[in-house]
Amino acid sequence: MNSILNEFKNASALYEEEVFHDSSFDWDTANGFTLPMFQFPAVHDPVKFLREITSDSSPCKIEIAHGTTTLAFKFNGGVIVAADSRASQGNYVSTSTVKKIIEINPFLLGTMAGGAADCSFWQRELGRQCRLYELRNKERISVAAASKLLANMIYRYKGMDLSMGSMVTGWDKTGPNIFYIDSEGNRLHGDIFSVGSGSPFAYGILDNGIDYDLDVQSAIALGKRAIYHATHRDGASGGSVNVYHVKQDGWVRIGGWDVEDLHWEFQDQAKPSPLL
Amino acid sequence: MECIFGFTGKDYVMTATDSTVSQSILVMKSDEDKSRALSKRIILLFSGTPGDTVQFAEFIQRNVRLYEIRNGVELSTKSAATFTRRELADSLRSRNHYRVNLILAGYDLTTESSHLYQLDYLGSSIAAPYGAHGYAAHFLFSIFDRYHRPDLSFEEGKALMKRCINELQKRFLINLPNFTVKVVDKDGIREIVV
Repeated sequence: MNSILNEFKNASALYEEEVFHDSSFDWDTANGFTLPMFQFPAVHDPVKFLREITSDSSPCKIEIAHGTTTLAFKFNGGVIVAADSRASQGNYVSTSTVKKIIEINPFLLGTMAGGAADCSFWQRELGRQCRLYELRNKERISVAAASKLLANMIYRYKGMDLSMGSMVTGWDKTGPNIFYIDSEGNRLHGDIFSVGSGSPFAYGILDNGIDYDLDVQSAIALGKRAIYHATHRDGASGGSVNVYHVKQDGWVRIGGWDVEDLHWEFQDQAKPSPLL
Repeated sequence: MECIFGFTGKDYVMTATDSTVSQSILVMKSDEDKSRALSKRIILLFSGTPGDTVQFAEFIQRNVRLYEIRNGVELSTKSAATFTRRELADSLRSRNHYRVNLILAGYDLTTESSHLYQLDYLGSSIAAPYGAHGYAAHFLFSIFDRYHRPDLSFEEGKALMKRCINELQKRFLINLPNFTVKVVDKDGIREIVV
């Protein structure tokens, strides 16, 4: 890259004005494009080491946060993303105010299911790479490309006990998009996804209530309700429901509702007829 | 649970993959295309460990394209299969090998003939008039043995494809509502409805 730069420097005086003469302008391509590397435990087999320390029989077991309900669906007005906020470590509910919807940048949202640290770390790294892409190309990255960056990063660690199930959503030139990515290496494009232990419950509400022509308020209500029902039946989900709406000009946070409040609110409402 | 299969006909090959992506008890998606076009007239169908499949198929896709750019010649179906097999065989002896089963099908303009190769993650590659991977093999090979001819017309091919899909949907326990059926012939690769 530097050699290319030097060619341009000599080629035109006009260009020269634009180039930093500062010695700090040392872009090292080899290092600039590398992914962050982790220090592995200094043992023969790091994967085996991690398995042992996270297994039930370990004397000092590390519990990794699990148990979630997250969802995202496409409709007429964009994408609705919703998630619960419970973090559990085994039987213990460690907090009820987790932000499982990660704001990658003003146009991209990610969701968190599986290992909380894995999701937040890698999506922050994705945010960095998306910003670099934007600076290099003078154009926002597409959701497809962003999700592929994440999927490829994750794939390098396949089989090394990463645990994440995540949806990357946003609005690009092609319109609203949702990609599902997990630590197995899957990357799927789709209209409706739900991830986490409570996802089958959320799918039940979502699949039966979805309509592409839903207005924004009804779509938000559907997402909210799907998470509520999942928290009601899934012990590992709970806390409050966070809802985001992805629009053409970026995402907006709609709000957060405590599921207990929602429970009493919904309790008083009449159930709709299945015939409709 | 994944089903991929295909057969050769009179100057074409017809392939099918089920369109379902499932995870434990959930169906995550029912319109996924489990194939990649390696060149204008070669298609690669894949099944196996999630992640590995797409990564490997796209790796092969890029290398076949690179060969075309470097040499200005398209790879024949046989060459593509030989290259793919070798990559799988080399991968098998590495620490983390690709767990991918493949069907590679193509139409060669130079010889005006269609070919189909069945490859598995252990590095075997078989040129055959028809092939299937996974549970599909149990249901379909007898049908192919009974009804397949190398000179199958296009309409006969469509009918045979329909028989295969019907049988899977009738006798296979797993629900596979959608299949992506593709044809490769002198005009290239196209998706068809049977």
